[in-house]
Formats: sequence, C-alpha cells, structure tokens
Amino acid sequence: MRNVYRSDLNWSDVTPRAVWMSRRQLIGAAGALALAGPAAASIGAGKSALSTDETPNTLEEISSYNNFYEFGLDKADPARYADALTVDPWAIEIGGLVDKPGSYDLADILTGVTLEERIYRFRCVEAWSMVIPWVGFELATLLNRVGVQPGAKFVAFETLVRPEEMPGIGAGYLDWPYREGLRLDEAMNPLTILATGLYDEPMPKQNGAPMRLVVPWKYGFKSIKSIVKISLVEEMPQTTWNMLQPREYGFYSNVNPTVDHPRWSQASERRIGGGFFAPRVDTQMFNGYGEQVASLYAGQDLAQDF
Amino acid sequence: MNAQRINGALRPVPPLAVYLLGLVPLGLLVVQVFTGGLGVDPVKVIERQLGEVALQLIVAGLCITPLRWLTGVNLIRFRRAVGLLAFFYVALHLLTWLLLDLQLRWGEIGADLTKRPYIIVGMVGFALLLPLAITSNNLSIRRMGAAGWQRLHQLTYLAAIAGAVHYVMLVKTWAAEPLLYLGLVVALLAWRAARSLRRAGLRSA
Repeated sequence: MRNVYRSDLNWSDVTPRAVWMSRRQLIGAAGALALAGPAAASIGAGKSALSTDETPNTLEEISSYNNFYEFGLDKADPARYADALTVDPWAIEIGGLVDKPGSYDLADILTGVTLEERIYRFRCVEAWSMVIPWVGFELATLLNRVGVQPGAKFVAFETLVRPEEMPGIGAGYLDWPYREGLRLDEAMNPLTILATGLYDEPMPKQNGAPMRLVVPWKYGFKSIKSIVKISLVEEMPQTTWNMLQPREYGFYSNVNPTVDHPRWSQASERRIGGGFFAPRVDTQMFNGYGEQVASLYAGQDLAQDF
Repeated sequence: MNAQRINGALRPVPPLAVYLLGLVPLGLLVVQVFTGGLGVDPVKVIERQLGEVALQLIVAGLCITPLRWLTGVNLIRFRRAVGLLAFFYVALHLLTWLLLDLQLRWGEIGADLTKRPYIIVGMVGFALLLPLAITSNNLSIRRMGAAGWQRLHQLTYLAAIAGAVHYVMLVKTWAAEPLLYLGLVVALLAWRAARSLRRAGLRSA
C-alpha cells in the first residue's frame, strides 16, 4: 500500500516551541485587553498553597447561579441583567481610619499587587456549595498600602448602587447599598482576598465585577460583590442581612454545621453541578478552613456570635 | 347567556381531560430534566416548581365556587380532578424534598420537622390534604353523607393557607410571588366567609 498522505513539509517548517509559546501569550494578552481593561492583569495568575485540590465547578455553573439581588431575586437574574453594568471606569473610596484615604482608581489598586489563583470552597447560607477558582490578591495587601490606623477594629464594605443599570435596586428587595463587614483580624487573614476574576479571566459581571470580597470560611453573602467603598472603622458596622433579619444572620456568619439557620439546617449542603442524584455532603466547620481561622475565635461562643 | 353557552360547551368535556392537562407541568419538568433545561441546580428547581404548581392548583380549586357565584360558569364537575392533582403535586414536592434534596438523611429531616416552622407548616398542609385525597371519590361521599363530607372538605381552606404561608416563610426576603399567592388565598376565603356571614344574617333576620 502506498502512502495515502504525503506532505512536502519538513521539520524545519515546524514553528519552534518558543515562538508559538510567545504567540499564545500575545493572543492571551490581546484577549485580556479586549475583555476588560483593568482586570486584564489577571491573566496568568500564580498558584497558591491555600487552594483546595477539589475539582472546581464549571464557569457556566459559577456564572449562571448567583445571588446578586441588585439584579433580581432569581438566581438566573444576575446572568440575565448584569451585562448592562459598567465596570470601567471603576473607583473605590477608601476611608475612615486610614493614613491615605481617597478615591482610588481600580487600575491603581491593581498595579503592584500580585494576582493569585485561589481555588476555594464556597458555601452559601442557603445550604448549597461550589468550588470556585478565584483570581485575586489578599485584602491585607491593600489595607497595608493605605495604612490602617491603630483605632480601626473593623472593615466595612459597600456595593455599587446604580439603579439605571441594576433592575433590582428599584424593586427595593434590600436596604441598599448592600453592606458587609469583617473584624480587622478576619480582614487581615491570608485567606481573605479581593477577587478580580475567576478561571484566570476577568470577573463575570454577575459574580461581582470588577472586584469583590471572598471570605471562604463564611457564608457566601459575606463575600460582598462589586465593591465601591471600603472603610476602616472602630465600631462593628451594620451589615445588610443582619439589618433585615438579626435573628437569622449574625455579623460573623461563619460556616458552622452545628449552628442552624432558624429556618433550615446547616448540617449538610448540596454541591452544585453533581447532577440529579449528587449526594449531599456534610458541611465542615469553618467550611474546612479551621486550621487557618479557628484561632481567630478562641474564647468566643460561636452559637452566640453566629 | 354566555355562562350557559360555556356550560353547554363544557358538558361533553370529561374530567379526564383536566387530569391530562394537569400532568402537562410534570411532563415539562421531566423533559427539562433530560434536556438540561433546569440549570445547574435541578433539584431545587424541581422542588420549587412542583410546590408552585400545587399552590396554583389549590388556588384554582378555590376559584371554582366564586366563579359560579360571579358568572354562573359551573366547573364543579372538574373540582375533584383539580383537587386530586393538587394533592399529587404536593406529594411529589414532599417526595422530592425527602429523596432528592435531603436524601433520606433522617436526622436532618427529623430536626427540620420539629424545629423549622416553614417545614412544619408545609407538613401540616400535606397532612390536611391527605384525608381529602382519600375521600375524593363517590363511595366516600355516599358513606359520609353529603353534609359530613363537605364539612371534612372544608379542610381545604386550612391547607390552602398552610401552603401559601409555607411559601412566604421560606423565602429570604419579602418577594412578590409568595405574597401574591397568600393574598389570593386570603381573598378567596374572605369572600366565602363574607358570603356565609351575610347569608346567616339574612336567615336570622
């Protein structure tokens, strides 16, 4: 039998590895620039020892099932409506007890930080969970840069309120702006990050673009999205869900299988994406991050400080 | 009269048609299970959807009598089908919760049944519907007598309130949809109450 396929190409015609590797980088960088200016730096985030080796959920799962009430109550609403959100330009007001208060352009915040991939478990207070490959940097880096003054004990965050781009605002589901807060030691913990992307790409708008908080040992609603304001304060700040239902949502809201939500159990969770018969899994104390954070709460009664 | 024309047109329609129509939402859910149309958390969608269809059928059942008062259109012949379908969807909703959502984790199920008001209210609603479903046949009406049977079936009113309250209680914030169902149920029951009070007043006068 003769050769069915004959090529007149030689080995000398093959593109050298170094060349196609750099071509790939060029394409990647161009794509990133096209996608979103400030978050373009997220391409090529380094790995972190703090990542879990569990298999992450797919990008589709992560970006089609969201609670972001500024865009509506349904979990599909954020993916449906967040497209209208303008994330560039984006400024973040940093104030309160800091040495260098001011309105910071997101691009300025992102120059000088090293973006890392952090694959974290994400546990919603509604008893479902995912594994998400965030891209971000430690909140502590930013706080150190703006200089935390000695009197500061808490960090307060606020989400953008822009009714013309966020249909849920006018519907008045919550008392806007969405507010969250952390104790300073929680904020400075290496696990706590400001995320600007996931799957090594800029953050989908429905997931809280251009920058959101991720606190993996707390229920998901603590990980506030699309942040426009960060304040260092002395008193425990007001937080949205606590304001709405203080009996159901505490300031700490650490993942805790032994402290139930008054209306449902927190002992186990449904892992999204496992399909129709995916087994429920037991919820872990501090969502499995006890080694890093349990010491923060030494001496505290977590049934009291829920 | 329009009402008479409608009643006449409905006369040849067998209740079986209502049963078949009532299975359409279930059919759609099953199709979506296989086409992946339920999104990334299919179990929650199924649970929600079954509960909502049940509530819609309960409200539909409560509309049948006022519709006759108001327009003369008589759908009483189809009420049993609507009621049994409602029970069918409530039962599927409960089974989804037990089998697919909590996956027979009896410890958690037991805790939910004793500690969670919205689960308790939902279960009470189911328990109230159970004797109604069992007695939704001609034999039971004959055995119980029409008056006794009717008295028993007034439990529907409590079950409807339980179902609507169950929905209002489980959402995290005040959402329009559950409040709409509760409003409908309350309005339909208030209408009945006002009417029977007025009639009692007329009788004693």
